[in-house]
This record gives sequence, C-alpha cells and structure tokens, in this order.
Amino acid sequence: MGITLALQDFFYALAHQSFLLNALIVGLLAAAAGGLVGPYVVVKRIGYLGGGIAHTVLAGMGIAYFLGASPILGAFICAIISALIIGVISLNQADHEDTLISAFWAVGMATGVLFISQTPGYATNLTSYLFGNLLLTPSGLAPLLALVVAVIGALLLFVHKPLTAVIFDDEFARLRGVPTKALYLLLLCLVAITVVILLQAVGLIMVIALLTLPSALAGHHVGSLGKMMLFASIAGGAFVFIGMGISWVSDLPSGATIVLVCGVSYFFSLLLKRLRS
Amino acid sequence: MSQPVISLDQVSFAFGTEHVLKNVSLDVQPHEFLGLIGPNGGGKSTLLRLILGLLPPQSGEVQVLGTSPRKAARQLGYVPQFARFARAFPISVEDVVLMGRLKRGRMLLPWRRRDRDSITPTLERLGIDHLRHKPVDALSGGQLQRVLIARALAAEPRILLLDEPTASVDRDGETTLFELFSELKREMTVMVISHDLGFISDYVDRVACLNKQLIMHPTEAVTADTINQLYGEQVQMVHHHH
Repeated sequence: MGITLALQDFFYALAHQSFLLNALIVGLLAAAAGGLVGPYVVVKRIGYLGGGIAHTVLAGMGIAYFLGASPILGAFICAIISALIIGVISLNQADHEDTLISAFWAVGMATGVLFISQTPGYATNLTSYLFGNLLLTPSGLAPLLALVVAVIGALLLFVHKPLTAVIFDDEFARLRGVPTKALYLLLLCLVAITVVILLQAVGLIMVIALLTLPSALAGHHVGSLGKMMLFASIAGGAFVFIGMGISWVSDLPSGATIVLVCGVSYFFSLLLKRLRS
Repeated sequence: MSQPVISLDQVSFAFGTEHVLKNVSLDVQPHEFLGLIGPNGGGKSTLLRLILGLLPPQSGEVQVLGTSPRKAARQLGYVPQFARFARAFPISVEDVVLMGRLKRGRMLLPWRRRDRDSITPTLERLGIDHLRHKPVDALSGGQLQRVLIARALAAEPRILLLDEPTASVDRDGETTLFELFSELKREMTVMVISHDLGFISDYVDRVACLNKQLIMHPTEAVTADTINQLYGEQVQMVHHHH
C-alpha cells in the first residue's frame, strides 16, 4: 500500500470512526500535558522521578480495579499521594531521592500486580495499563482530560515565574521569600497528574518517553522554558498523530509506535544539533 | 555611632566536629564597605551564610538590620561564589536578573513590561544591557559574574554580600567591579569576601581577617604589605592554639 493511500485510509477512518477520533484527541491532550510539564522535568532532571511515579500508579489502578472503581481515578489519587510522599521525605533528607523512587517504583508495581491478579479477567486490562491502548480509550475521557490540561495550563501561568526561580537556583529563591518547598511539591504533583494523562496514550512503562523526549528535543532548538513548552507540545502532538497513523494502517500497537516515533525524532534532533555546532 | 546593620555576638559554628567559626563577634556599620579575607576553609563563606540565614548559628547570636537573618533576608543582596545552576539552563540574562525582583506581591503571573524595564538601570550599571536577551550559557565567566551581581542589585538590597565576586574576572574587570562597589556603598552596606589581600585594601573601609577566629583591621592603619604580614602571622597564631 502506498503512503498516500495509507494516509487516505487513516483520514477516512478518522472522519468515520468516532472511537479513532476520540483516541486521537486523548493522544493530543496527552502530548499537550507532556509539553507543558516536560520542560521542567528535563531541566530539573527529574525524569527518573516521573518514571517512578508512573510505575507506582499501577498500585492505584490495581486497587481501584479490584474494588470495581474507576482505574483512572485510582491512578490520579495514587500518583499524587506517591509524589507528595517522595517529595516530603526527600525534602527532609531522610533518604536519597533516587533510592526512595526505586522503593516506590517496585512496591507500587508489586501492589498493582497482586490486586489485579485477584480480580477476574485481568490479563487484557493489565496489558493496556502497561503498554497503553489509545483505541480502547473510554469515550467520556476526552472532556475530563481537556479540563485537567486546561487547569495545568492556567496554574502554570500563575506559578511559572517562581517555579522557574526554584528550579534555577532554589537557594536564591528562598532568600527572596519564594516558598521553595511548596513549589517543589506542586511541581511533583503536576508531574504526577501529567503521568496519569500520558499513560492513557502510551502506557505506564513508556510514559517517560512522552514526558521527556519532546521537551528534550525542544531544548535542542529553543532557549527558554516557555518556548520549550510550545515546541514540545506541538512536537509531541505530531508524534502522537504520526504514531497513531502508522499503527492504524500497519496494525501495530499504538503506544509502542508513538514511543518509537518520539525516540527516532529525538535522536535525529540530537544528531542535527551536534552537526550544527 | 549608629545601630550596626550586621551584628554577630560570640557566634560559633561547626560542621560535625569540625569547628569552622569560634566565638566570632563583628559589627558592621551602615554604608560601610567591609572586606573579609582569610584562608580557604577559614569560615568566610560560612559566615556569609549565617548572615543570610541559610545556616543557623550553633551558639551566639546573629542580628541583621535589627532582626533575625531570616526576616531580613529579603533586604539582602547575595552574590554566591559559584553559579549554583546548570550553565545549560534555558534562560535569558534578563530573566535571571529579574529573579532579584521576586518578592511577596510580585510572585505570581508573568513579569510585566514595567518589571522588565525596571532592571534596565542595573543592567546598564554593570555594562551588560547588550547581553539582556542572551542565554546564560553563551556568557563568559566574567559576564556571568556581572549577571549575578545585577540579580542581587535588582532586589534593591540594603546590604550587599558578595562571595569572591571577582574570582573569574580579569584584573581590569576586577578594578571596575571594586570601583562599582565603592560607589554602591553610598546606597547600601557592602561586604565582600576576597582572596586578594593587597587589592581590596585600596577600596574597603575595614578588613576582617577570618580563620575560625576573626580579627579586625582598619585599612587606614595598614598598607597592603602589612595586611599580608598580619594575615600570615594570624594563620600561624591560630595554628599554635591547637
């Protein structure tokens, strides 16, 4: 099948299959959330924390699933609780942040696996939590995610300035009376919320790709956090669109395809940057 | 004599069992330009951090502007010795300097035009207005140092505290900066840590020598050579105490 034909096929399906359009909208919202929060994660170098929260979230999803509640609600609650606990313990220097994250990562996954194993019919759902499946997105999810992304954007408009100061030089920010600890915890909560949105698209194992790669790629080409957000959101959206298109016409898993498109683009951008300098 | 702006009374500090400051007392007067010298590990930076409220004294009392260092922090301008941030941080000179303008009531929402304009005189004073929109990772060490000084001055501080501000600046740049500090003392109190003994005595009102203990010298009484000499002896004297 030629590329033109394949594209036609994808656009035709988008126009006629509402579940596909719904999946694309959720994917684009995920890219927007990743683009808004990702630059802070990349610049502050807390990608490992993002990955840790993503895996911890399986506990919340598993428990919610076991109780017959909404897994995404369980994911949101679990993500925020684990982000706050990791943040508070690490701010009080009770242990190294990366050790804490490792503990949460593993314990969260184990808890999730145990609860899911005790719930009948677990296999299919576990796979879509882990690897994502946009095509299985519930139809009511898009408006909820749109609201969450809008709230993240509005919140960042308010706190971007002091948050940047904290990430840039927390000691100086503290001397200026900036509530540095509260803002750091807020950042972790935003990362947690973003991770839950992203895992709808690519699954919790690969969340880190959409959280960091579009932003890192943006950082190769622009010189401010604000521009990184815009660039990363657009790039992430394009990766989701292209990845979904490829997966649709080639009948490949959408999450993995999107992540590969992200990864290839990131390495290409890195190469481009090296060649230019 | 007027009320001192910085007052340390019998202050001691140790990291673990390692004593860094022992019974240090110091009064700094308004609009004084004070030089702080001493060997590495002599406690200079620690003293500055106590004044800033970044460290609590283990014994003794620190008062700044008649109150606790933490309460006074917003009226202090601080220039750290090393940039604490990653040089590759995607941020412009203007946005770094604007961080000095952060305070209660100016914390939220993006900077307005008025705020951005307000730092122009500071940038001009340090000769970095032309670098305004440059990313910080494109700057030389000396330019970055000026950006950090501009950030501290943007806070319109009553006391300016500088930790080795000329470490990465050439000799001409050093002279220009010290002339600026002498000028600034009309507007505020200036306290500068330096390793360059001979150099600062041409500018400062008093020199404090710190090697765990602190000895004051009025500069009018000593030349660069004698400071050097005193400083050397001081190091020895302290050694003999142990």
